[in-house]
Amino acid sequence: MDNEKKYWLDDPANVRKVYYGLWVACIVLAALDLFYHKHVHYDFEELIGFFGFFGFVACVGLVLASKGLRRIVMRDEDFYD
Amino acid sequence: MIEFLPPGAILILGAALVPLLKGRVRQAYMLALPLLGLAQLYALSGSAPLEMLQFSMFGYELTPVRVDKLSLVWGYVFYIAAFLSVLYALKVERPGEHVAAMAYSGGAIAAAFAGDLITLFVFWEVTAITSVFLIWSSRTERSYRAGVRYLVIQVASGVLLLAGALVRVHQTGSVDFGFIGLEGAGGTLIFLAFGIKAAFPFLHNWLQDAYPEATVTGTVWLSAFTTKLAIYALARGFAGTEILIYIGAAMCAFPIFYAVIENDLRRVLAYSLNNQLGFMVVGIGIGTELALNGTAAHAFSHIIYKGLLFMAMGAILQQVGTAKGSELGGVYKSMPWSATFCIIGAASISAFPLFSGFVSKSLVMTASADNHYTLVYLVMLFASAGVVEHAGVKIPYFGFFGPDRGIRVKEAPLNMLLAMGIAAALCIVIGIFPRPLYDILPFPVEYEPYTATHVITQLQLLVWAILGVAVLKWYHIYPPELRSVNVDIDIVYRKWLPTAWAYSLRAGGAVWNSASGAVTGWLQRTYETTYRYHGPEAPLARTWPSGYMAMWTAILLLAVLLALYI
Repeated sequence: MDNEKKYWLDDPANVRKVYYGLWVACIVLAALDLFYHKHVHYDFEELIGFFGFFGFVACVGLVLASKGLRRIVMRDEDFYD
Repeated sequence: MIEFLPPGAILILGAALVPLLKGRVRQAYMLALPLLGLAQLYALSGSAPLEMLQFSMFGYELTPVRVDKLSLVWGYVFYIAAFLSVLYALKVERPGEHVAAMAYSGGAIAAAFAGDLITLFVFWEVTAITSVFLIWSSRTERSYRAGVRYLVIQVASGVLLLAGALVRVHQTGSVDFGFIGLEGAGGTLIFLAFGIKAAFPFLHNWLQDAYPEATVTGTVWLSAFTTKLAIYALARGFAGTEILIYIGAAMCAFPIFYAVIENDLRRVLAYSLNNQLGFMVVGIGIGTELALNGTAAHAFSHIIYKGLLFMAMGAILQQVGTAKGSELGGVYKSMPWSATFCIIGAASISAFPLFSGFVSKSLVMTASADNHYTLVYLVMLFASAGVVEHAGVKIPYFGFFGPDRGIRVKEAPLNMLLAMGIAAALCIVIGIFPRPLYDILPFPVEYEPYTATHVITQLQLLVWAILGVAVLKWYHIYPPELRSVNVDIDIVYRKWLPTAWAYSLRAGGAVWNSASGAVTGWLQRTYETTYRYHGPEAPLARTWPSGYMAMWTAILLLAVLLALYI
């Protein structure tokens, strides 16, 4: 593996760049809400960054809830065998 | 000439010739059939709406073929899916798998054009019986058993459909397959039949059980037809049935929790498929023109991107030997093209702007908000963020990226890459130019997906959801992929019922043994007593030779009693 091609993502510094880049993209997207008029159905959707906030909370909540679900439903791989 | 064939017949009849052909001739022939079918459909569409091949049976007017705008959407995309699946499966040697797959897809197409419930029932069962061979073709004990469970449930759906159809014919005097509705026992039975195939909550588990046990190519075929045929049938028979809105919302939400923790990536996609069906079912429940357009459009784009994702995971399974997240990592280095196509599929299912999911799912979302189903709208918004998590990030990440485990394999063969490439191209073309798709929908579309509000709010939702995953991963809170089985409703019929059955057999056996032991013991004693007193040389036999007869009567009684008991 030593003389193998080194991939961009193999460098932890680049993974960090992706992670922080994601933060920047998110903040920029939320800030965009200041610059146009939203045509939405509900009042709560007009809040600045509502969809970003919703997406983040939904996703984190989903993963944490699923982690909890594992306690109830997870069995050994050969459970049915 | 081919205009007079029923749609789907080209694939069903054409399948019969496949075993007779070999090598490149067979490959060319199999690729040509769906294209021929597509051409035929295009020719028929000019004269739609149209009914063909009517005949009377037992006094009922059957309409085996009805071509209208709703059935055409499914017809087109089913033929496209058949073409992509043939291309993906081109190198499969065993002709039996090709025959089953082509007859299966042809059956689904024929069912989508059925104008009466009897024809629908016939092809409903054709899809059930042919498709199980795609599962059994894995040739493992697991796949055999999963296939049997699958077949039992699929055939049960057909039986319910037939029963419902007969009740309905009795009540209304017509076998026509149009709007059905929930009124009457017939409608309810048909609703249940469709619900099983559409994987409604609690009726869903055959999907996640069976699809991941099929062959690499079989799962790609399966993902396209069965469930979407059920969606079509619901759209035709139960549009505007309000309970579907809530069933659909539940379908959007609950499978994604399982998708997050499932280790087998093809099973993750099966849960994800279930979730996508939820959006379509909500659209049918709302039942407005916009909502039904949304269901049709979403079925169209979904069949292509879901097929693409199953192809990518199938490519991993074939090249690496496993599709379990806990075993994979760094595969993108060996399979860069598959990884790229997978990302395109992931972006499409996540509904990123410029990809197909964006222009189709939003029709259903908008319809729900327009009609003030606020809670349902929010559930779908939550589910959309969930799709990003399990299909947008988890599938490409655990499939191709993730920590390098030193897996070095060959890239997928050319035919598989071509199938994935064409599917990926379609995802992007539909995403950027949605008009041709909108033009074939059942109703005129005035909807414009690319507004500043829609693009920015959607990007916010998706990118922040990705950030959510990244933050959990960054702080090592994200649950790892584990070798495991997650029990779902299938625990009822795979564990509890068999256990209860075995237990009742054991308990019943014990009762039987002690009961029959007591009876035979009693009879034995009776016999001995009788013999002692009435037998030869016995005191009572001395004077009465009829003692023999008494003994034989007793023996006869014993025999009768035993015969009755056994």
